[in-house]
Amino acid sequence: MKLTIAVTGLSNTDNPGPGIPVIRGILESKEIDARIIGLAYENLEPGIYMPGMIDKTYMIPYPSTGTEAYMERIVQIHEKDPINLIIPNLDAELYTFMKSQSKLQDLGIATFLPTFEQFEERHKANLEKYGEKYGIKVPKSKILTGYSDIKKLDEEFEYPLLVKGKFYDAYVAYNSEQVTSHFNKISAKWGLPVIIQEFIKGTEVNVVALGDGLGNTIAAVPMRKQFITDKGKAWSGITLSDQEMIRITKDLISKTKWRGGMELEMIKTNTGDYYMIEINPRIPAWVYLAVGAGQNIPEALVKLAMGIEVAPFTTYQVGKMFIRYSWDLLGDIQEFEQLSIFGEIEKKN
Amino acid sequence: MIKIKKDIAVSETGFLFDPNTGESFNLNKTGQIIFKQLAEGKSQSDILKSVLENYDIEDHVFHRYLDEFLMMLRQFNLIEKEED
Repeated sequence: MKLTIAVTGLSNTDNPGPGIPVIRGILESKEIDARIIGLAYENLEPGIYMPGMIDKTYMIPYPSTGTEAYMERIVQIHEKDPINLIIPNLDAELYTFMKSQSKLQDLGIATFLPTFEQFEERHKANLEKYGEKYGIKVPKSKILTGYSDIKKLDEEFEYPLLVKGKFYDAYVAYNSEQVTSHFNKISAKWGLPVIIQEFIKGTEVNVVALGDGLGNTIAAVPMRKQFITDKGKAWSGITLSDQEMIRITKDLISKTKWRGGMELEMIKTNTGDYYMIEINPRIPAWVYLAVGAGQNIPEALVKLAMGIEVAPFTTYQVGKMFIRYSWDLLGDIQEFEQLSIFGEIEKKN
Repeated sequence: MIKIKKDIAVSETGFLFDPNTGESFNLNKTGQIIFKQLAEGKSQSDILKSVLENYDIEDHVFHRYLDEFLMMLRQFNLIEKEED
């Protein structure tokens, strides 16, 4: 199957986007002969320059520019370089793609995204309601919209607690002064609301999963972060045999009929209880671990998006590990110039 | 009766891996001897007897060592819920 696949999230830094791991999965597929188009927001996103990954990269505007301008650029790229499928990998751009799904479809561009309802109801701010609806334990949470709410936190929460941004960032606060400081930092960066979450003591464990939109779990691989950066990102992780995590994932996908990739973030307490702390509505950056463990989730997502039936994976290798590393890529100023001036660059692989 | 959790693997080098939690541990030689016997289903008193018979160690010293080791196994959640 010959396909041109456009991928975002190429920032392969210490806070990596899922773009490169997704591309690695696709390129390892024996069934897909892919030409990869990179869609980049910044001209120093490392993925653009990594050898053997992307055939051509185009600069695109940030989603905050507005859906119209954003889609105009996508259409412009498509007219020049026809795209069969787009895989958006960043939370902040998902809404724009979901909103433009039918337009993209009319242009012959496939996507495989959650529905608006699935996307909206799992927002951090709605987590308590979500847990109740789907029978999952979740930490107590509260939405902060201003300073006056912070003073009242003592009445409802015990310190420490977590202060979280709408899309990204989470900090532990041990008193109301720290809440105020985190609130300022987060709201300046991500806007409101800021979310307060009960601090659940335990081990953070995650599942990367893929739902077919009909209630079937096509893939699910649990992982524990072994080494975490100061941004809370996994620098190393290991696949687990934990069947309870798989059961929770399958149950949730079956009830929500989740469509697309997802990451479930959970805390396993010392007493063996699992609390769902977040659902990311897209493939996470550590997805290549699942590929290596035997579940090529990016490949399966491509096939589902192209209307090909995919049988659920039934096994994966337990004890498979990943360790990230940094590597200085060398490039020439001409490459940077090409991207800065023309907004596109062909990578000779 | 102490029962090691199923799925837990220990290599010949004493590297112990719990696939359910992803935790790994290094056992020293004595730990390996005790763990092997626990995995074979031997009781605490069986282990005491066998070690005291085969190794030059004082009863009360090994007794304490075994208790501490078992406490560690419990702490790291490596044993099944204990039956009376």
